[in-house]
Amino acid sequence: MKSLSEIETTSKRATKAMGFSWGIAEEVGKNIRLLELFGFPGIKNLNEYYKSRRISKFETINLINEKNNSQKFPFCPITLGVSFLDQVRNLEKFSKIIFNKISYPLLILPFLSRSSEILGKKIHLKLDQHEFLLNLNVTISSNLHHEECPIITNITEINIIENKDNFSNDDWENLYKISEETFVDESESLKQGAAGAGLTDND
Amino acid sequence: MQVELRNPNTIMKLSKLGSFHQSKLSFLRSFLNEFKDWEYKKDSFSLDENGYGTAIYSFKKKDRVYSLICFANRINDDERSDRVIATKWDAAFTLYDGVPAQHDIERLKNEVPRQEVGRLSYKELTLSRANKSVRVFNHVVESLSNGKQPNIELLKKVGYLYRTTAVYGSGKFGLADRFRIKNREEINGPFRLEMMLVYLVRQFTFDQVNHIARFRNPKNAVNLDPKICKKLGIGNSTGLGMAPFIVNHPTLLNNWIMSREIALKKIREIKRVNPKEVEIFKRSLKNSIKNITSWNTESEYQQKKIDSLLKNIKKFLIFMNKKFNFEVDYPFNEIYLWLEKETCDESIEYVVSIMMEPFDDIVKPLISQMSSEEDRYFNIPTDRSVKDLKNIIEKRYPDILKINFDKKENYKNFWFISKNKEEPRYANRFEEDGSELEQPLAIARDIKKLHNKILLSKDILTIDKFLSQNSDLRHIVRRAFIIEKFPYAEIQDNTIGDKVIPIDMLRLKLSFFGALKFDPRSDKWLRICMFQGAPLPQELKNFDQQWVYNF
Repeated sequence: MKSLSEIETTSKRATKAMGFSWGIAEEVGKNIRLLELFGFPGIKNLNEYYKSRRISKFETINLINEKNNSQKFPFCPITLGVSFLDQVRNLEKFSKIIFNKISYPLLILPFLSRSSEILGKKIHLKLDQHEFLLNLNVTISSNLHHEECPIITNITEINIIENKDNFSNDDWENLYKISEETFVDESESLKQGAAGAGLTDND
Repeated sequence: MQVELRNPNTIMKLSKLGSFHQSKLSFLRSFLNEFKDWEYKKDSFSLDENGYGTAIYSFKKKDRVYSLICFANRINDDERSDRVIATKWDAAFTLYDGVPAQHDIERLKNEVPRQEVGRLSYKELTLSRANKSVRVFNHVVESLSNGKQPNIELLKKVGYLYRTTAVYGSGKFGLADRFRIKNREEINGPFRLEMMLVYLVRQFTFDQVNHIARFRNPKNAVNLDPKICKKLGIGNSTGLGMAPFIVNHPTLLNNWIMSREIALKKIREIKRVNPKEVEIFKRSLKNSIKNITSWNTESEYQQKKIDSLLKNIKKFLIFMNKKFNFEVDYPFNEIYLWLEKETCDESIEYVVSIMMEPFDDIVKPLISQMSSEEDRYFNIPTDRSVKDLKNIIEKRYPDILKINFDKKENYKNFWFISKNKEEPRYANRFEEDGSELEQPLAIARDIKKLHNKILLSKDILTIDKFLSQNSDLRHIVRRAFIIEKFPYAEIQDNTIGDKVIPIDMLRLKLSFFGALKFDPRSDKWLRICMFQGAPLPQELKNFDQQWVYNF
């Protein structure tokens, strides 16, 4: 079994060898470590992507907009991911960010997971029919199960989810009521003496 | 009285860092204190008459056990090399997390002696190998088997029976990643388990010589006197592999140096010291002289430093005994100011280390702050501006910005990873091939390049936009934002210039390990000694805290 330290170092070096800068190589090293830690096939996807980079062309995206269409070639997942991570505070204002073709889209997952942590908001990612919920870089849940992640997606949708309760007010009220059973009903004397502070704030 | 922390732009110069000495903050000393209450045991010792075989030692507390597994092998004299290119060693070791089962030992027997080409698992925490100091080892075995203790003078001169040539941890070759163990209470300082491995190896070397001597002459052999054992440590040969570590781990470096600086500041701020504290300081200082006089090296560079150190410490002792009065307010501040005025870097840092000896209450809380959660600082704050970045660089790198990197002598060298051993190396870019594969360790040059670039950018530009046009500078932008928060994180020197002495970087790290007797063998590698004078495992429950000066 390879250690995460070995995974990070080798991914970083391989990324540099593929012509990316050291700074981007550092990002990819951390990302592949993260993917493998979360149980996704990071090494496999990175390896496949670098093999295809030797024979195919990919489009670089520097500025991300609400809708992003690659012109001729699919987007490079690494430059796309780096741009997303760097610009995430500007992207927060869009309700949905859409890309057409992204190659090896699994590789953008850790960039989005880290973006989720930076914003303090969950991010929902849809790669065609596959969905992922990125939860502040703590967990990633998906319906990918045992299927292989596609090597290219036609439509990728990213939603930055506003922080809100994911339960109804009724559910909360009910639960709160149950929790009140741990409280003590205050008698007059408890009201007078148990709080510590005075009864008026006018002094 | 408030004493300022020392200026990073002075402290972080390589010549200063290369004058650091072990102290109470050093990892091998904090390891001994952490594990002194643990149960030490020699679990197994299956060596043949020549001392080859397997031995296991452990430290145990409640449910936690760490086991050192030693494999001693026969090698030919011509196969013995301290260089990292060696493929065979007299002994190889791994620290196992728990109690190894027989199948673990069988598995490790095939992997551990192969070191870098073997595969370890997450159950193994550290890995190392060592070679005998053949001359000393044979002399000791010969003497003991004849019923005599060995020649103390020879032992003192070398200081150890074995020297290690590498100690690996943190996920190398499949070993456990640090994240698996970092939350354990006993791992509250850096390199704890590496220190444990070396400490237990030291005991193995004593047991091995006793064992061989007994087999050689069962009737007359005697054991090595524990008092002599105590005077022996474990040697270590260290090459350049260690140098990039301190560049690659800036927050960790900061926390090491910051702890030392805070300790010094707090000690200088003590208004009155009690007689016991004075006594510990004076005794440690006086006893430490023999650490200097027994510090042997053939390096002219180091010998000059030792001569100057000895001269200055003798001068300081005279000052202490004849002119200095500890009744004055802030005595250690007075001492420090005197040292700065009257002595050299080597002496200042030597005495700074000794100043810590009486002050456990200051030093102990700092030990737990010497690790770092490096990943917390990895993301670049891309919403900040170029102006912020410019301010950080101009504040944190004032001298580095003065270096002219158009001059060849200022970018003469480059760091690279050797294909043969996957280890860092250093070479002249004008004489050797490979500089196009240079590692990102030329921080000074890259900072200067970044500064030149941002001078041409608009101040209000945000970092995300700057990076979209300057991807090649991403690593150094990240670094500058890390350095903003960590003043002692950066070496304030040019590490690729023609005047660099790489062993200064090694010495910095080794001083924090707790090494003694730095013996440079060139400008790129050196030998040291660890745990010389340290208590033996059976003495750990109650040992002299100033052992390093009192053996």
